[in-house]
Amino acid sequence: MNMPVAKSNVSASILSAPTAPAVAKIVSLPLRQTAMNTRIRATLVKIASAVIPPLVMIALLLTVWQVLCMRPGATLPAPTKIWTEAYDLIVDPFFVAGPQDIGLGWRVLVSLQRVAIGYGLAALFGIALGTLIGQSVWAMRGLDPIFQVLRTISPLAWLPISLAAFRDSQPSAIFVIFITSVWPIIINTAVGIRNIPQDYRNVAAVLQLNHFEFFWKIMIPSAAPYIFTGLRIGIGLSWLAIVAAEMLTGGVGIGFFIWDAWNSSRLPDIFIALAYIGIVGFLLDRVVAGLASIVTRGTSAN
Amino acid sequence: MTSYCKIDHVDKTFTRGSTETCVLKGITLDIEKGEYVSIIGHSGCGKSTLLNIVAGLTEATVGGVILEGKHVNEPGPDRAVVFQNHSLLPWLTVYDNVRLAVDKVFGAKKSRAERDEWTLHNLNLVQMTHAKDKRPSEISGGMKQRVGLARALAMEPKVLLLDEPFGALDALTRAHLQDTVMGLHQKLGNTVMMITHDVDEAVLLSDRIIMMTNGPAAQIGEILSVPIGRPRKRLELVTDATFLKCRQRVLEFLYERHRFVEAA
Ligand SMILES: Nc1ncnc2c1ncn2[C@@H]1O[C@H](COP(=O)(O)OP(=O)(O)OP(=O)(O)O)[C@@H](O)[C@H]1O
Ligand SMILES: [Mg+2]
Repeated sequence: MNMPVAKSNVSASILSAPTAPAVAKIVSLPLRQTAMNTRIRATLVKIASAVIPPLVMIALLLTVWQVLCMRPGATLPAPTKIWTEAYDLIVDPFFVAGPQDIGLGWRVLVSLQRVAIGYGLAALFGIALGTLIGQSVWAMRGLDPIFQVLRTISPLAWLPISLAAFRDSQPSAIFVIFITSVWPIIINTAVGIRNIPQDYRNVAAVLQLNHFEFFWKIMIPSAAPYIFTGLRIGIGLSWLAIVAAEMLTGGVGIGFFIWDAWNSSRLPDIFIALAYIGIVGFLLDRVVAGLASIVTRGTSAN
Repeated sequence: MTSYCKIDHVDKTFTRGSTETCVLKGITLDIEKGEYVSIIGHSGCGKSTLLNIVAGLTEATVGGVILEGKHVNEPGPDRAVVFQNHSLLPWLTVYDNVRLAVDKVFGAKKSRAERDEWTLHNLNLVQMTHAKDKRPSEISGGMKQRVGLARALAMEPKVLLLDEPFGALDALTRAHLQDTVMGLHQKLGNTVMMITHDVDEAVLLSDRIIMMTNGPAAQIGEILSVPIGRPRKRLELVTDATFLKCRQRVLEFLYERHRFVEAA
């Protein structure tokens, strides 16, 4: 619909009101029949297009691997060999056949427990410290370069220090997870706090929110997208760190299992463990991402 | 006689490093209870700065604001602001945005049920009850401003401060909202201070129009009373002689005597 051209900008709001009703021709579009079965078919096509390509790719890669490793003198086992030799590990993740002979599912759970403690502490501590640092420009300027350096240090490099400090493998492993994953959480939280828009601060000021209310009602929700970015990087790093830490500290975790399998030349078992680590890492990332999208609903859309 | 709200010899100078910019110089203004005052002036002359000083969000360098005989120098719900960019909290629903203000202002005075009712009442005033469970990102710009208005009204402010409340809206939505604000002012008798760029809007809504000179060191150039009775009807005013005269007066001030000199 065309409005009459306003003579000047300032008078547009007045002049535009008394518009003569235009005689419009009504064009009716034929309604498309959306039958039930076409919708079901559309859903099936969508699922298939998401599932089939990765399956085809996996089959292809397994075939290439099989061909490459079937030659005599191949150093790595082929998929068929892994299947026959590690059959018990593949079919039952939760068997218990002895103190050191348990399913990989149990081992993953033990590792996850360590990650839960280390990462949980890192999340609490990281968000708290990040919130404090984000309040002050000078704390930010002073600490940010230090954190940027510290966060590049490999989990393995922390291990001797932590073993020396704790003299016990369990807290050392947890500390390594903590120290690896805490930096991105601190940094992202601090940036999120710094980036709270002035508008929200003004709203809080007009409402006379006290410090406590400001923290819970403005700061945390406003910084939530940043905090979750940090948490997501952190969970990935934790999972990287746990495997490395367990290789050296022992125990029944999935990391130590790999080290143990290597020492007793059970190569096929290692491949199964790798698959477990990859899948669990992927799921952990999905869980945190899902949590983020629930908590920050609306916030990031604006 | 002391007025309801008095802006008393306000100067504002911003200091950034070693450069000082004087934005406002010697602003004195008395606002009566129930009065609708508009402030008009070219972009950058310091209108928002003045409004923020009244709101308490910015501190005056010299002078101050006296509301009902009391000096006010920090923000508070008795001077509720509707911001140009709505400033709704995006993680809260429309209802919760208003409820946050209601809980904070009336937390001690009203019961839970009363606060719920008061929130819905104010959403109803701006005709937004239908979208109360939506989030700000799911409603239009005009609707957001309505919610911002409801939030401000719900605080029962002594002075309602509007910073270009309709600036970002299209002409039709804007006209619609102007009518809403006019109706609410009629009904509730709020004291309103509004910033605008739009001459028609200023004349249509205000009892008095404060025209500001260009900055730096902007002053009040002229104050125009709009002697048009209420309720005012948009369509009838288009041909009203007083309306046209007021409009011409403001236009002359803005575009002849204080033409905006574009910075090179
Ligand atoms: N925090 C600040 N520090 C320094 N200068 C500022 C600050 N805030 C505003 N100014 C300056 O003060 C002047 C007036 O700004 P203000 O926002 O009040 O103008 P305005 O009349 O509201 O403009 P507009 O119509 O574009 O909103 C501008 O020149 C601006 O650059
Ligand atoms: Mg402004």
